[in-house]
Amino acid sequence: MTQALQGWGRYPIIRSDVAHPAMTSAAQDWVARQPSGIAHGLGRSYGDSALAAQVLKTDRLNLLLAFDPATGMLTAQAGVTLDEILTGFVPRGWFLRVTPGTRFVTLGGAVASDVHGKSHHATGCFSECVDSFRLLLASGQVWNCSRSENPELFRATCGGMGLTGVILDVSLRLMPITSAYFDQVTYKCPGLDAVLDRLAETAQVTYSVAWIDCVATGASLGRSVLTVGEHATEGPLTPHGAPKLTVPFDPPFNAVNPFTIKAFNALVYGKEFKAVKRSRIHYAPFFYPLDVATHWNRLYGKPGFTQYQFVLPMAAGRQGLRTVLTRIAASGMGSPLAVLKVAGAANDNPLSFPLAGYTLALDFKVQPGLLGLLDELDALVLGLGGRLYLTKDARMSEATFKQSYPRWAEFQGVREKVGAIGRFASLQSKRLGLD
Amino acid sequence: MQRPRILIAGATSGMVEAAARLWAARGARLYLLAREGERLGPLAADLALRGADMAGTAVFEAEDLASHGALVQQALAALGGLDVALLAQGILGDQAAAQADAAVAVREFNINALSMVTLATPIANALQAQGHGAIAFISSVAGDRGRQSNYVYGAAKATITAFSSGLRNRLAPHGVQVTTIKPGFVATPMTAHLRQGPLFVSSATAGRLIVKAIDKRKDVAYLPGFWRLIMAVIACIPEPIFKRMKL
Repeated sequence: MTQALQGWGRYPIIRSDVAHPAMTSAAQDWVARQPSGIAHGLGRSYGDSALAAQVLKTDRLNLLLAFDPATGMLTAQAGVTLDEILTGFVPRGWFLRVTPGTRFVTLGGAVASDVHGKSHHATGCFSECVDSFRLLLASGQVWNCSRSENPELFRATCGGMGLTGVILDVSLRLMPITSAYFDQVTYKCPGLDAVLDRLAETAQVTYSVAWIDCVATGASLGRSVLTVGEHATEGPLTPHGAPKLTVPFDPPFNAVNPFTIKAFNALVYGKEFKAVKRSRIHYAPFFYPLDVATHWNRLYGKPGFTQYQFVLPMAAGRQGLRTVLTRIAASGMGSPLAVLKVAGAANDNPLSFPLAGYTLALDFKVQPGLLGLLDELDALVLGLGGRLYLTKDARMSEATFKQSYPRWAEFQGVREKVGAIGRFASLQSKRLGLD
Repeated sequence: MQRPRILIAGATSGMVEAAARLWAARGARLYLLAREGERLGPLAADLALRGADMAGTAVFEAEDLASHGALVQQALAALGGLDVALLAQGILGDQAAAQADAAVAVREFNINALSMVTLATPIANALQAQGHGAIAFISSVAGDRGRQSNYVYGAAKATITAFSSGLRNRLAPHGVQVTTIKPGFVATPMTAHLRQGPLFVSSATAGRLIVKAIDKRKDVAYLPGFWRLIMAVIACIPEPIFKRMKL
């Protein structure tokens, strides 16, 4: 029996045969049985990277396997979520070393996307805190992968979008904390230069992110609210609660339109009335402001949306960012807010997204004319030496991918050695010419 | 209740694991009975990592009715007593096979009905003797009225509903609570092949509702509560009409 399956952007939608193995042996049976398929965690990648006609959902590979309180080393199955890890380990004084902007992702997904967060410039991607994992190969064999054991496969799997095999379990290092709170400073920045200056000034702070108004033009182009912060040393070790809000169904009207976008941005920007504000806040609003509402992706209505996240190398600098932002603002199609971050140096994983520079992420509701605009943006981004994040992508072309991820052939070489080509495939991998 | 001692039979279903995790987070002492050996040990380790004071296990064959008395004694000894027993073992069954071959129906009855009786009887006697505790049975809305599409399963669950009702009546004066839990549709591996719809709840939600029903010492808990209304309506349909319906 097939079921409709979609990524977080709800575009595209595919009918899939979904398996829920509860044991390694059942996952091995699935691999032996399927000519081709892909692992799927919580479906929080935005596009089609976890979509295929045959899908292995990791929701039953959800056991914690071991924890060493002396070192903070946690071993857990691939379907365990960051949400569960925080719930269980914050009260004991442990936190994730790297977290993306939602806690509703699985460990397997975090590795396969080599996710990054507000600390990328300081800590790098998720793989930096991963010591090893076990990978189920197309042959049915299970291999340990680490920086010393099968290192090529380790690097190809981190950021490899599930295309090397099925990640069964992951050993990662947690970091000790003495408080669940963060000391944050919020800066109101009236334009692009102001926010980039502030980002440069605060480069020593571990966590930083700017919410940038993509609709503002002219002198206000790039006006932002920049938040930087560090773990507080004092405060209780209280874990987060369950989401309080939900969007229970698609709104019957167009909820994200130029009017609501402008109103929303004026509200967000206006709210930070002081130019500089210091506060202490819990990690949940600090890292996961959107997790307060489940199914917020429904706000974009039935057509769905795509998130466009690109990185531009430092060399492309301000002028590059200004060029792309100007084009987005002129299109009138962008989302209320975009997220601007400084990315640190690229790592050695062939398909990991970040490279030293600026990364910007924003949503586009699926609408007529969008694909043309995005192709145009691709050309701008690639012309500036940048690239797009595979985890957000639902539509980039094979040529765009191969030009901007020059190590794709090396990645294919690793896949070929372990028989993964053709056996682990998604709609995305087929589109990008990885078969 | 500090460090409640809890016995769970049929521990490796999604909703029961979800309930066990909530108890683990309270620091409970757990003893798990389940068929699947490969998952049972890792599940116990998982529950210990999530805060369980203890997570013992024993492999449990629901069909092997004669073994159940000894398993209960073993669990009680390991836990050092008992506060709560959750009896949740079961299979969805295959109606077509069960109506073609009585042996299949008998096997389903052994697993879904009689294994509950063989576990519950020594547990009930132990709790009655100590004068406190709780037993929760996972029955089903399917036990409220037999339907052609799954009456063998439904009849086994009806046995549990009536058995637990009688046991509740017997144990009430002794301070022991018996809870009959009737899930509707829970999205579990057992129902993965059925179509998911608005009547389905996730196994995480189901697990939370099981723990809540036991905490509140409910007599009969539909899961979720709206099934009480649905089943009340279904119960009202006169048999001459009901027998002609495609259900």
